[in-house]
Amino acid sequence: MAVLEIRNVTKHYGKIHAVDGIDLELEEGELLALLGASGSGKTTLMRMVAGLEQPSSGDILIDGESVVGIPPRHRNVAMVFQSHALYPQMTVRENILFPLKSRKVPKETWQERIDWAVSMLRIDHLLDRRTTRLSGGESQRVALARALVRDPELFLFDEPLSALDAQVRNVARAELRDLQRRTGITTLYVTHDQLEALGLGDRVVVMKDGRIRQVGTPEELYARPADLFVASFIGNPPMNLIERGETIVGVRAEHLVLKDRADFTDAGIDLALRVGQLEFLGSEWLAYGVEEDGDGGRVVVRLPPDLGDNVTLGERYEFVAERRHVKHFDKQSERLVE
Amino acid sequence: MKGGPRHLWEAVADHDRRLGWVMLGPAVVYIVAFIGVPFVLAVLLSFSNATVGNPTIHHFVGLQNFIQVIHQRQFVTGLENSLLVTFVTLALLLVLATIEVELLARPFRFKRLVQTLLILPWAMPVALAAIAWLWLLDSQFSPLDWIFRQIHVLGPGGIFGPAMHFYYLGRTGLALASIIALNVWRMLPLAVIIVLAGRLSIPQELFDQAEIDGAGVFRTLFRITIPALTPVLIVAVLFTGLLVFGDMAIVNLLTSGGPGNSTQVLPYWAFLQGINGGDLGAGAAVALFLLPVLLAVAIFALHFAYRSRED
Amino acid sequence: MARILRTGSFYLGLLLCSLFAIFPGIWMVISIFKKSSDLYSTGHNPFLYHPGPTLSHAIYLFTQTHFPTFVVNSAIIGGCVVGITVLLAVPAAYALARLTGRWGERSGMVLFLVYLIPPSLLFLPMYQLVTFLGLANTIWGLAIVYPTITVPFCTWLLLGFFRSVPRELDEAAMIDGRSRFGAFLRIVLPLTLPGIAACVVFAFSLQLSDYIYAATFVTSSSAMTISFGVPTELIRGDVFFWQGLMAADAVVSIPLMLAYGLLFDKLVAGFQSAETAAAGG
Repeated sequence: MAVLEIRNVTKHYGKIHAVDGIDLELEEGELLALLGASGSGKTTLMRMVAGLEQPSSGDILIDGESVVGIPPRHRNVAMVFQSHALYPQMTVRENILFPLKSRKVPKETWQERIDWAVSMLRIDHLLDRRTTRLSGGESQRVALARALVRDPELFLFDEPLSALDAQVRNVARAELRDLQRRTGITTLYVTHDQLEALGLGDRVVVMKDGRIRQVGTPEELYARPADLFVASFIGNPPMNLIERGETIVGVRAEHLVLKDRADFTDAGIDLALRVGQLEFLGSEWLAYGVEEDGDGGRVVVRLPPDLGDNVTLGERYEFVAERRHVKHFDKQSERLVE
Repeated sequence: MKGGPRHLWEAVADHDRRLGWVMLGPAVVYIVAFIGVPFVLAVLLSFSNATVGNPTIHHFVGLQNFIQVIHQRQFVTGLENSLLVTFVTLALLLVLATIEVELLARPFRFKRLVQTLLILPWAMPVALAAIAWLWLLDSQFSPLDWIFRQIHVLGPGGIFGPAMHFYYLGRTGLALASIIALNVWRMLPLAVIIVLAGRLSIPQELFDQAEIDGAGVFRTLFRITIPALTPVLIVAVLFTGLLVFGDMAIVNLLTSGGPGNSTQVLPYWAFLQGINGGDLGAGAAVALFLLPVLLAVAIFALHFAYRSRED
Repeated sequence: MARILRTGSFYLGLLLCSLFAIFPGIWMVISIFKKSSDLYSTGHNPFLYHPGPTLSHAIYLFTQTHFPTFVVNSAIIGGCVVGITVLLAVPAAYALARLTGRWGERSGMVLFLVYLIPPSLLFLPMYQLVTFLGLANTIWGLAIVYPTITVPFCTWLLLGFFRSVPRELDEAAMIDGRSRFGAFLRIVLPLTLPGIAACVVFAFSLQLSDYIYAATFVTSSSAMTISFGVPTELIRGDVFFWQGLMAADAVVSIPLMLAYGLLFDKLVAGFQSAETAAAGG
């Protein structure tokens, strides 16, 4: 049974449709990443699941029961905020105790639960510190412990990594994934960072303007974007989109190879590019080219390190991609054509 | 669904809008009952012939009270003096507060002691402050006169000699100056607290940058400090200006409006008319003249505050 | 050289400011202990005693006048006003900061306009209102009227404090198992205690300073406050009991000065968060 079910939920603020008809299900133990730019409605959707906002219409079910109109404290949902929202007047221990006290969890079990949460996050040395004296990484771990300690049905993460330094972030991301695996708590994870979404999510939901554009595993999203928005949003560099009459052809930079080196015959696309820029990234080269007789759009090609020397700036080369890697989108509907 | 008060409270405590009204309600009811109602009554009174002996409002006399009061010489003097005292006080306050804040923004030894001394005028209730100054400015025994005599400003051979006394409260100009001085003295701590709060919010980088650019003390003051302080200076003007403009205790105790009604101010004249004179209608009519001035100042200042915020 | 000049003018500035602030206070304290023959002589240095000091006028103030009654009255009224102010302003400010949506965001301006209606505009109808309630000539009449001065101001000040507390803290507390009200009580309120302390100080000092309402409502000594009672009782026509007046003034102002001095930094911090979060808005 789905732990969380979202049925045709909308949220209007006056005339603004922040969330515009969302259907979504989270399976037991799954980590679902909600990916979108700011204003896409992802945070609003999460806040409705938490009970901090009420949907304008539609239904939200946790464990099969509707929670619409039920305040946050009567939902067994834990949330980690972007700022971590640690209570500044309390020590780390008091912060972690707060949900147990507030939810009237029997006192006998407190020590056991705290010990468990603390060992999960390895923060026993921080317990008596003031929360104002924690580093970004430490405060994230405390926020996670506070969410974990009461054994919630559902975890909600609102960009918990964005407050961290870039260096700490990679470690924190791995820790987060590891923690979720070990506890097996169903998790909804909101982020605007596709690296986080693809790296953490069992499945990823791409949102734009309050609607879902695609739901799928990270591999599906990358290989088979459902529409032009997802194609241009997912991947770094994003998918090359080349106009061909009434369709738009999409092909990833790593799938384009020099025609004379191609080891396949069923080419799905044939591009003549004048290379305008070369970037060396260590394990590979990125070549930026412009199609000679096309609309002038830029195309990115990923070249293995040994090939960089063979490609010269300003020269014209022919690139091809295998048919199975070439996607076609309808120009009108912007949808993927199967 | 269970009933009972506990359930009722839960329905409020979890519901933002309901809880909002429950928490806001008492204050709104109080403000409507004790500010809203008297305000309406003040307007009604000014159009009635109610007196202290017969305070019910059942007979309206139209604009008669207003026509009556604007023909009183004391009213015209009072209005002029109220505006003069308020504006001069505020101008002096702005200058002095800015200077004092610049001094207090720096760290120095015994700062806490200095802060405590500086706050004395504000710790003194207005009426008691007026009495302290009344004795300070006494016509015969003022210690200021003694000091002036020692430095040959007064007395035989002095600049203002051979008079032995200034008679601060006995001459119109000096009496008004005394009222202004007392107002400045009394309001300076409040203005300093408000402006200092704004001064400490200015990022230190701005001052560091000015120092790197080689800006001097005055250049920094006029290019950085004062522009950044404009919004809080306006807040300070509003707070202190209101207290100065609406006060009657100082004039009541210091000069009683004298000599010869030349230092009369609007609030005291309203009090004399309404309570001592027993004519509630006329008193209310005088007091109502405070309103347009206050509104104009408030709108001007807030408008200015918004504009400087957007810049 | 320029450095010495700067330091010198800095301390000179501090000295002048301090002197301006406390000079009337110094003269006040010296006067308390003067014998009348000394007080009313012009021949010698008025800052010294000829003959020596006396306590008799201070003793007279406490034993032969209603001054102790005024102090008790002002303390009772002050307690009531501070209590009413906190009980009304704290919940109202939280509601405006968090619960009333866009309507609440404009409230700073409205509060300011309400605060701009001064006692000198309202005292005549207020006299009628207090008479109507049967509270004229009592301390309770004053206790119920003074919050009109303090509530709008303190709500405005607290609004800034509440806005400076991140919303995510309330929300985290709600998710952790508190109601909205519980989140306010357990998490937000403790964080705004400095602001509430500033409000208590301001409310107390504003009510203590009132003169016009006391002068309007009260005629008998038993219900007078310090501000109105002291001048009424110790100035009889043209006769001024100067030493007693100065003693009364000193007894009230010096403890308050010390209290405010200790709270100085807190008051500045209070205004700082009120200004950054709510000025004009």
